[in-house]
Amino acid sequence: MKKVLSRIYLAFIFILLYAPIAVLILFSFNNSRTRAKWGGFTLKWYVEMFQNESIMSALRNTLLVAVLSALIATLLGLMAAVSLNSMKRRRRTVILSAINIPMLNAEIVTGISLMLIFIGLGQFLSRWGYGVEFGFGTVLIGHVTFNLPYTVLSIMPKLRQVNVSTYEAAMDLGATRMLAFRKVVLPDIMSGILSGFMLAFTLSLDDFVITHFTKGPGFDTLSTKIYTEVRKGIKPEMYALSTLLFVSVLVLLIIFGRGKGKETAK
Amino acid sequence: MKRRNLALSGPYLVWTAAFIIIPLLMIVYYGLTDSTGAFTWSNIAQMGTPERMKALVLSLILSLIATAICLIMAYPLALILSHMKAGATGFIVTIFIIPMWMNSLLRILAWQTLLERNGVINQILTFLHLPKLYLINTPYAIALGMIYDFLPFMLLPIYNALEKIDQNVVNAAYDLGANRFQTFWKVIFPLTIPGVISGITMVFVPALTTFVISDFLGGSKVLLIGNVIERQFTQVGDWNVGSGLSLVLMVFILISMAVMQHYDKGIGEGVVL
Repeated sequence: MKKVLSRIYLAFIFILLYAPIAVLILFSFNNSRTRAKWGGFTLKWYVEMFQNESIMSALRNTLLVAVLSALIATLLGLMAAVSLNSMKRRRRTVILSAINIPMLNAEIVTGISLMLIFIGLGQFLSRWGYGVEFGFGTVLIGHVTFNLPYTVLSIMPKLRQVNVSTYEAAMDLGATRMLAFRKVVLPDIMSGILSGFMLAFTLSLDDFVITHFTKGPGFDTLSTKIYTEVRKGIKPEMYALSTLLFVSVLVLLIIFGRGKGKETAK
Repeated sequence: MKRRNLALSGPYLVWTAAFIIIPLLMIVYYGLTDSTGAFTWSNIAQMGTPERMKALVLSLILSLIATAICLIMAYPLALILSHMKAGATGFIVTIFIIPMWMNSLLRILAWQTLLERNGVINQILTFLHLPKLYLINTPYAIALGMIYDFLPFMLLPIYNALEKIDQNVVNAAYDLGANRFQTFWKVIFPLTIPGVISGITMVFVPALTTFVISDFLGGSKVLLIGNVIERQFTQVGDWNVGSGLSLVLMVFILISMAVMQHYDKGIGEGVVL
């Protein structure tokens, strides 16, 4: 009885989660611009999507910002984590709480505050004839800023588990600091670095709010593109886009899940 | 050696100061000054207009409802998932997490498609010769969107907390004569409170401050505080008032976090004692 009830509950949540996605996928094949009717099967929205230069450039921007911001945030986060690890407890707590601000604060406030600082910086630089152009650079800075806490917090716990004696032993045996770090510490914390990078990458892919406030008029990521298109009135290309994104996430997760399964099997 | 390690955090500290601390101080500055730069409380008082108060109260109500429903839905789900056999769990948990990996705007777009005047739900109703329902552009639609968008954020921390529980502790409770309900209420639930707390914060804050969900599912008819602030910056262009309103919003976020932290600590100490 209990088992049946829990099965029913699982099924209920499953339908609730997937019905909307199924509808999106269905409509991406609908041969009618108004959603009111089913006009037969078509792939034309997919063709139009790939021919739509603004969607394609938004896709490129999204991927570029995600990869670059995740890389920068992982590098800065790694350096900060190593440094924080050798700090005294009190100082570490103060810095860690500053790190947490963008994670705990509302995205809209973070976005607005970044917009204000870029405008302020632009006004400041204009005295010397420079300026701040809202676009790729400002969006990238925004993404690194909200990614940083996640990379630091993924790497820190791994770093604290590292046995300092092995690091010191390596240096006693003549390794330089850099070599000892690379050969002894880095392999131990690699899983933390990778998960921090992946987390930053996916957060950046999905972000809308920060991008909305830090982008300029000519620059779009997929999220901001979807936002403007939906507000204009939905275009079926957006359905095609969601289907493709959903399928690629699915494929990535299956590949990733398999690799992980093999790892644990070992 | 210590000193060189400290220097490593240099770029990070500069970044934090330049793009986290100073920007927040700028909101405080703009929020407390007028266009000439003179100190004023009037931007904060702007929250008091009837239209904005209505948006703020509605945001608070909807985000509280969404958080409560997410908790009620996610806890049993997490319990069921944590009881599954080891092999099946990974796969089934993944199924419930996948929607989270989809772009959140597209997930809300999906609900718009379902709820619209000529949307899927109303089409089905018409097909069954039932009257159409007015679903979109209502507060209910927004609450539904919040629940759908943020449910995984509630599920994951609770599930992780349940997974971490040492099965021996649960068995000990049974050995000492506790029944299922007592075991759950006295042992399992207290151990998952940190997960519940982080789930609540991860749902409440984004729900309180969203403007996308209300844009897509509320049309321009139902405004949340997020919409009011967003318009102040992108359409009206009055940064002083916008910052003043943001300051008020931040106060609510800080209060909710203080409350959460208080509960988290109290329970943690109780367990240790």
